[in-house]
Amino acid sequence: MVGLVRRRARRQRIMRWVVVGVLGIVFLLPLFALLEFTTRGAGGKLSWDTWRVLFDWQQLSETYPVLWTGMKASFWLMLLSVTLTLALLVPTVVWVRLRLPRLRRLVEFVCLLPLTIPAIVLVVGLAPVYAWVVYFIGGSSLTLTFAYTILALPFAYRAIDTGLSAIDVRTLAEAARSLGAGWATVMWRVVLPNIRSAVLSAAFLTVALVLGEFTIASLLNRDNLQVAINQLGKSSATISFAVSLAALVLAFVLLFLLSFAGRGRRRHRRERTTS
Amino acid sequence: MSRRRDLLGVVPFFVFVGIFLIIPTLVVAIGSFLGTDNRVTFDNVTALADGYIVQAFIRSILLSAVTAILGAVIGALLGYAVVTAGPDSTVRRVVTSACGVLAQFGGVTLAFAFMATIGLSGFVTLFLRDSLGVDIFAGGVWLFDLPGLVLVYTYFQIPLMVIVFLPALDGIRPQWREATESLGGSTWYYWRHVAGPLLAPAFLGSTLLLFANAFSAYATAAALVSQGSPIVPLQIRSALTSEVLLGRENIGKAMALGMVVVVAVVMSLYAALQRRTSRWLD
Repeated sequence: MVGLVRRRARRQRIMRWVVVGVLGIVFLLPLFALLEFTTRGAGGKLSWDTWRVLFDWQQLSETYPVLWTGMKASFWLMLLSVTLTLALLVPTVVWVRLRLPRLRRLVEFVCLLPLTIPAIVLVVGLAPVYAWVVYFIGGSSLTLTFAYTILALPFAYRAIDTGLSAIDVRTLAEAARSLGAGWATVMWRVVLPNIRSAVLSAAFLTVALVLGEFTIASLLNRDNLQVAINQLGKSSATISFAVSLAALVLAFVLLFLLSFAGRGRRRHRRERTTS
Repeated sequence: MSRRRDLLGVVPFFVFVGIFLIIPTLVVAIGSFLGTDNRVTFDNVTALADGYIVQAFIRSILLSAVTAILGAVIGALLGYAVVTAGPDSTVRRVVTSACGVLAQFGGVTLAFAFMATIGLSGFVTLFLRDSLGVDIFAGGVWLFDLPGLVLVYTYFQIPLMVIVFLPALDGIRPQWREATESLGGSTWYYWRHVAGPLLAPAFLGSTLLLFANAFSAYATAAALVSQGSPIVPLQIRSALTSEVLLGRENIGKAMALGMVVVVAVVMSLYAALQRRTSRWLD
């Protein structure tokens, strides 16, 4: 039996390295090609000129104003969308758990709805709504925040809901209330610190989504990073390929850090319960 | 009284969702049945029977089905390989983060990555031509057409499969395998009679999710295909941006409604399978 288990473990290890290795190469190839393309100098020599421009922001904003506008817009969109998503979702989900448990199914259904409605369909319906948005608060690219918050709902909801399931919100809130805390204090000082990693993961997922979003921005004629990259791709491919790669790597680093944030917290709790 | 006050707490959420999610959906649904003169008509919906729109739907469904099946099979294999490494291993962490990025990030970046790889002056294209004398575009430049879309879509379907299928794979207990073995069952027997049937609903459900994902995708195709509109999302784009033909906008809405119907059917099947899976895999 022991021999069998050991033999199986070895077989699985070989299988794992073959599968991960082969697919790893297949998946890294296009990314490597991006890097190779952006470092292709005159006469087939290696050249880092493109990347130097990318990190020299002064020169970047002068040479590629489109890209610069898009990057700035995406940066602000990231901040605004994360803020709006969290401000809208966290209190609502907590409140529903505490006071209106019967609405829980409805809120969940609404939050997961954007998964069923393709972004391209949402754009079709959003166009008239945005005509009103422009009428009231202007046509800045930052108004995309509203649409992005909708797109982020399913991911953010799941993250926050999972976080809340792990703690006993009701007991915590009742305890705080009985000690004289108001609802704001309960929210800010009791619930939020307990679901910190869930909120963090909701925020990161929203950031990744905003960084990669193209459909809505492009069809509503707004600027963001992806729209700028696509536009530049036609005239100066090298720089837009470089920005693509940089954005991809940035998103990977974010999600990789996130995988530690989630685990760190779980381990922390396990240690506490065993001690 | 206090119940009514409690309801105030969820007003901001529902107002926001009402304006930016429910109204747009209604606009699409109602607009599909309105003519240019704002009168009720079935012209837009019957226009869906036009040859080119039917063709676009068939191509979209085919593209989604092929890439969903390819992605599901390869993704499940990769998922299984990762699961055997244990939940806290570096392999798992790297693979899941990379999958998260590649599945969500898609869009324009992927289109560019593939242009740099197997585009006309792409890395692999040049290597094959100069070193091996193979011209992958001898039969025409297929990258910017449907075959190219199949390739690039599969590239983001596999990571998505890993993400959605991992929880099901995690639910499989090693004890079940030991039980099979102690009763004399072979590896093949274990997969055929224990793990296979247990994973089947989750596998089918994930495949459906992949189908919906490919069917809804727009950015990759928009960045890759510059001529013609082979699939539905690109047809909608041309209906929206068409300045030549008036009244195309509502046909765009009808196509959008058609997409919602397809995705909604697929997603409700997915939800049904998901419920079945969660009965015993939690």
